[in-house]
Formats: sequence, C-alpha cells, structure tokens
Amino acid sequence: MATVIRVLNRAPVTVVMLIIGAIWLVPTVGLLVSSFRTAAESNTSGWWNGIAHPSQLTIEPYSNLLTGGGMLTAFKNTVLITVPTTLIVVLVASLAAYAFAWIRFRGRDVAFLIVVGLLVVPIQVALIPVATLYGKVGLFGHIPGVVLFHVAFGLPFAIFLLRNFFIGIPADLLEAARMDGAGELQVFYRVVMPLGTPAIASLAIFQFLWVWNDLLVALVFAQTSSAPMTVFIRNQLREFASNIDVIAPAAFLQMIVPLIVFFAFQRYFVQGLLAGSVK
Amino acid sequence: MASITLEGLTKVFPDGTVAVSDLNLGIEDGEFMVLVGPSGCGKTTALRMVAGLEEISSGVVRIGPRVVNKLSPKDRDVAMVFQNYALYPHLTVFNNMAFSLKLKKADKAEIKRRVKEAAQILGLDQLLDRKPRNLSGGQRQRVAMGRAIVREPQAFLMDEPLSNLDAKLRVQMRAEISRIQSHLGVTTIYVTHDQVEAMTLGNRVAVIKKGILQQVAGPQELYEHPVNIFVAGFIGSPAMNMAEAKLSAFDGDLKVSFGGHDLRVPAAVVDHRPALRSFVGRNVVLGIRPEDMEDASLVPQAPADQKLAAKVSLLEALGSEVLVHFEVEAPVVLTEDVKELAVDVGAEHLENLEKQARVGRSVFTASLNPKTTAQKGGSIELVADSTRFHFFDPDTGLGIYH
Repeated sequence: MATVIRVLNRAPVTVVMLIIGAIWLVPTVGLLVSSFRTAAESNTSGWWNGIAHPSQLTIEPYSNLLTGGGMLTAFKNTVLITVPTTLIVVLVASLAAYAFAWIRFRGRDVAFLIVVGLLVVPIQVALIPVATLYGKVGLFGHIPGVVLFHVAFGLPFAIFLLRNFFIGIPADLLEAARMDGAGELQVFYRVVMPLGTPAIASLAIFQFLWVWNDLLVALVFAQTSSAPMTVFIRNQLREFASNIDVIAPAAFLQMIVPLIVFFAFQRYFVQGLLAGSVK
Repeated sequence: MASITLEGLTKVFPDGTVAVSDLNLGIEDGEFMVLVGPSGCGKTTALRMVAGLEEISSGVVRIGPRVVNKLSPKDRDVAMVFQNYALYPHLTVFNNMAFSLKLKKADKAEIKRRVKEAAQILGLDQLLDRKPRNLSGGQRQRVAMGRAIVREPQAFLMDEPLSNLDAKLRVQMRAEISRIQSHLGVTTIYVTHDQVEAMTLGNRVAVIKKGILQQVAGPQELYEHPVNIFVAGFIGSPAMNMAEAKLSAFDGDLKVSFGGHDLRVPAAVVDHRPALRSFVGRNVVLGIRPEDMEDASLVPQAPADQKLAAKVSLLEALGSEVLVHFEVEAPVVLTEDVKELAVDVGAEHLENLEKQARVGRSVFTASLNPKTTAQKGGSIELVADSTRFHFFDPDTGLGIYH
C-alpha cells in the first residue's frame, strides 16, 4: 500500500520530467533523421516525414560527406587539437594544483589568487593580441597555436578545480607517505593522483568537451588545412541555399564522440561534480 | 635501532606561539618513552619535529649519532603511527604495509616475507587483500602499526594511536603495543594525553606542560614522587586531592591541619624528608591520593590521630572500589598548575574550582574497599595513611621530598 502511494506521489514528477526530456531531445532527433535524408527531400518537406516514411532514409549523405574530403581532415584536426590540449591541461594543472595545495613556498597564496583571478578574463580580449603574437612567432594557422591557446585558457579553471579537491585529501596521508620514504613526486603520483581520480577524470571530460565543441578559437587561429570540424561545418553554411545534407551528418558526427566520452565516464562525471561539496 | 636525543628543542610558530620550549630529553636505544600532557601542551609538535614534519626553530634532534635537523622525513628512517591511522584508502592492507618497501625498491620476495611476518605478529594474515574502508577501527590500527613494523626503522613515533578506539579495544591494543615493542626492541616515542596509557606503556614518562618539560621518570617514581603540583595532579586517577594545610610540631612528630582535621605525620616520614621541618608553622599544600584513604571501620587498628570524619556527598561504586566524594573545609589549591589541569578537564571544571575557592572549600575523593558501608549523604570515618602524604611548597609548587 505504501509503495502504491509512493508511486502515485511520484508519478506527476516522473511524467513532467519525461516530457521535458522529450522536448529537449527533439532537435537532436531531428538532426539525426535529417542526416539520413537527401537534399531534395529536406528541401521539400520537414524532417518528421522521415519518421513517417522510413523508406526515404538513406546513408547517402554520410558516404558523400566522408568521400568528399574535407570532413576527414577536419575530424583529424579536431582530434589533434582536443587530445593534446586535454592531456597537457590535466597534467600541468594537477601538478600545479598539488603544489598550490600542499607545498609551502614563498608567494604561493598570491600566485594562487592570480590564477583564480584569471578565471574571469574572457577569451575574447585575448584573441587579437595573441593572433598578432602568433603571426610574429609563426604559430598562426597551425594546430600547436590552437592547442596552446586552449591550454592557456583552460588552466586557471583546471588548477582551481583540482587544487580545491586535493586540499580535501587529509594531510596525514601525505605525511604518512613522506614518512614512508616518498619524495614529493612520489607523494603526488602514488597518493594524490589515485585519490584525486574522480576530480581529474571529470576535469578531463570537461576540458575535452569544451575544446571538441569550440568554434571561436579555431575560427580565429586555424586556417583551412588545420581547421577542426566545427569550422568545417560552419563553412558549409550558405547564404541563399541550405545544404543540410552536408551539415546534418557532419554535425551528428561532431556530436557522437562527446556522447561516447560522456557515457563512458558518466560515473566519474557525477562524482567529480560533487567533488569537494561533501567531504 | 638507535637512541634519540633532543637538545634544547624549541618550536615557535609564525604567530609567536611557543609550542615547545627548550626540551632536553635522552631516549635510550630500545626504550619506550611516553610524552604526556594536557591537550595543546606541545607534545605532538615535539614528536613531529623528531619526525621531520615540523621545522625545528632551534635546538638539535639526534637519531643515533646523526644530527637530523636538516633531513627530510624520508631520510630519517623513523616510522610514524598517526592518530587517525592515515592508511592509504586506495591500497589493500598488503600494499599499505608494503608501500615504504616498494618505494625503497626492495626485492619482491623480501617485501612479501616482511609483510607476512608483520601481519602474523598483528594477526592480520586473513585481511591482506582488504581495503581500509572494509576494516574495523581496531584492524585499521593494526595495519597502521604493521606499516611501521615492516620498515624495521630506527625508531617508532606514535601520535596518540589509540585515542580513536573505544575503551575496551584501547585496553587490548595497549597491551598489544607494549608486547610488540618489547618483542621488537625498537626505540619508541609515544605521545598521549591519557595518563593511564602513559603509566602502563612507558619505560619512562615525560610530563610536559605548556611546552615545558616537568619531569621525566619511571611510572612508579612519577606516582610516588611527583616533582610539582602539576605532575601530582596529572598522574593518577582519580586525581590527587589537594588542599592548603598547616604544618606544626606535635609531640616529636609533625601535625598537618586542614579544614578542622588534624593528622599526625610520624617522625619517620619527616626523617626521610628533612626539608619538611623548615615548613613547620607555615602553610603547605597537602596532597592525599584517593587510594591512600580507607573506610576506618575496615581498618581496626587505625590510630585515632590519622582519622577524619566526613559527610559523603557523592558515592560512585565501580565494583572493585567505591569512590566517595566529600567536602573539606579547607580552601582549594588554585595555582597556575591546578588551573591548567582543570582546563584540560573542561572549562566547567575550572569554574567549579573557582567557586569552591571563593567559599573556602574543596572536594576530596577517597577510593575505598567495596566492603565499605558508606552511604550517600551519610557520615563516615576515614583513615588516611600519612606516611604516603605529599607536601608541596605553596609558593613554588614544588614537591617536598628531601
């Protein structure tokens, strides 16, 4: 009886949540369906017709996209930008965060304050000066330049997040490791890294998603040969005609990798978001 | 294994607090030394300076012949057992214990042998694959000990290792630590605020107050001849009763008077402590341990001049003994030492004492044989063993034993 009442009590909430979820999913489903329709069909009828008439669906847009060149290069560029950025940010930030949390040195707190201060600097203010600088040192238009910019603007938040997590690790544990004969680096990778895994993993996911989905930075600093998928897709926009048969499959490919990453690491993601809130 | 020597060890924190002040202490090879004192007295800070976890403001720490002041913890070759165990939560019991050996890149077979051996000593054989979160408090404590044992270090440093255990387990682990230490013969410094632990474990006990060493001696010596009021009040449970009293000559012996009671102190006692004579006619602080009083009806031949009548204000039956509280019309002793001890018990306790001081009263506790017929609210006659009285100089707080 009590169970029945509980289910009835919860039913309205569940129904509302399901409706909200469905509404949120509509554009994605629309994109997915559109990506399997030819240009002619998309131009004459709405995507929902694809659901009503599954026979209209074809993988032609995908094969055209992948054989047409451009997209594959863009995909490769996205990976070449995103993976190194994520690795560098995670590595540098976790070392820096460890130092900020657990090593005493002169000026530490001031330095950390500056790092936190950098959190509020919008990337837009840096675009033009950095572009000029890149032009002088020959980084402009190359992937390392894009990576470097992402790293620079990813670090403050990354350091902030990890430092706040690391500081929650009991000091006794680090002292125990030092007593056991560990040097600072060993304390870091044998104690702090394993204990900080939830935070590090969620940082890695965040960072990966941001860079993967970035358009602005790539638009400014990359050229055609080094442009990632976001730029490639944007370049398919036409003023007077919609070549949706290219944009839809490309956008869906763009989405798929983050989705896989998210679902694979979902467990850490939730843990990491809670990191530091409940000790 | 090695001796440990502290010479003029001092710790001043950046805010100017002096945590440890000019601590001189020699710990012999294989000795079990206990540092004891109220919370915040600097004992843990002293231990951490030996460990290398706290910078030394001035003074010297020697482990064996080496001065280790400038060495980092990992180079001092001492093992520490932390109050909250500080086990690595992501490692199994085996790996927790093997951690230091792995860092040293010890041979795999050797690591296995040493961990197995330590596990055997501690009864952890069955738990080696478990993670710390799946262990009980007592088991965690054992793992923490095991981590120290496998290293075969120069010395063990233990920082209140039993304070997180419940009372029964604490008694059991106390015996265990004592057994293991004497079995291994490793020099040990053990920090605690529990005087019972200090007394039962230590070969010698160092009593510290506000960063200053008060007395270092064997447990029995501390109990029999506390150097001052602080040590007297700290060692022993229930604590020593103290009241202001007057010494006077009496028929060849001495007489100590307080709150309307006159007790004879035999000349034989005075012969052992000739300095007492110089206090004749003056005030002293009289200390009587609860154990040195007994229900007079249970001691048939008790001399009349060692008896005192009392009204029982509270009675605590502990089974093996009965604690009787009674009021004495003598002002409570309220020196700096006594206040320090009272604060350790709780702010409320200090207030109580101050109240008693204002009305010129003090509350005594006597530990009686359970056969006593004492009743709460009833009257009782007690006999006090004046050969075991303690006397302190009220001006300096020092014990009078010479």
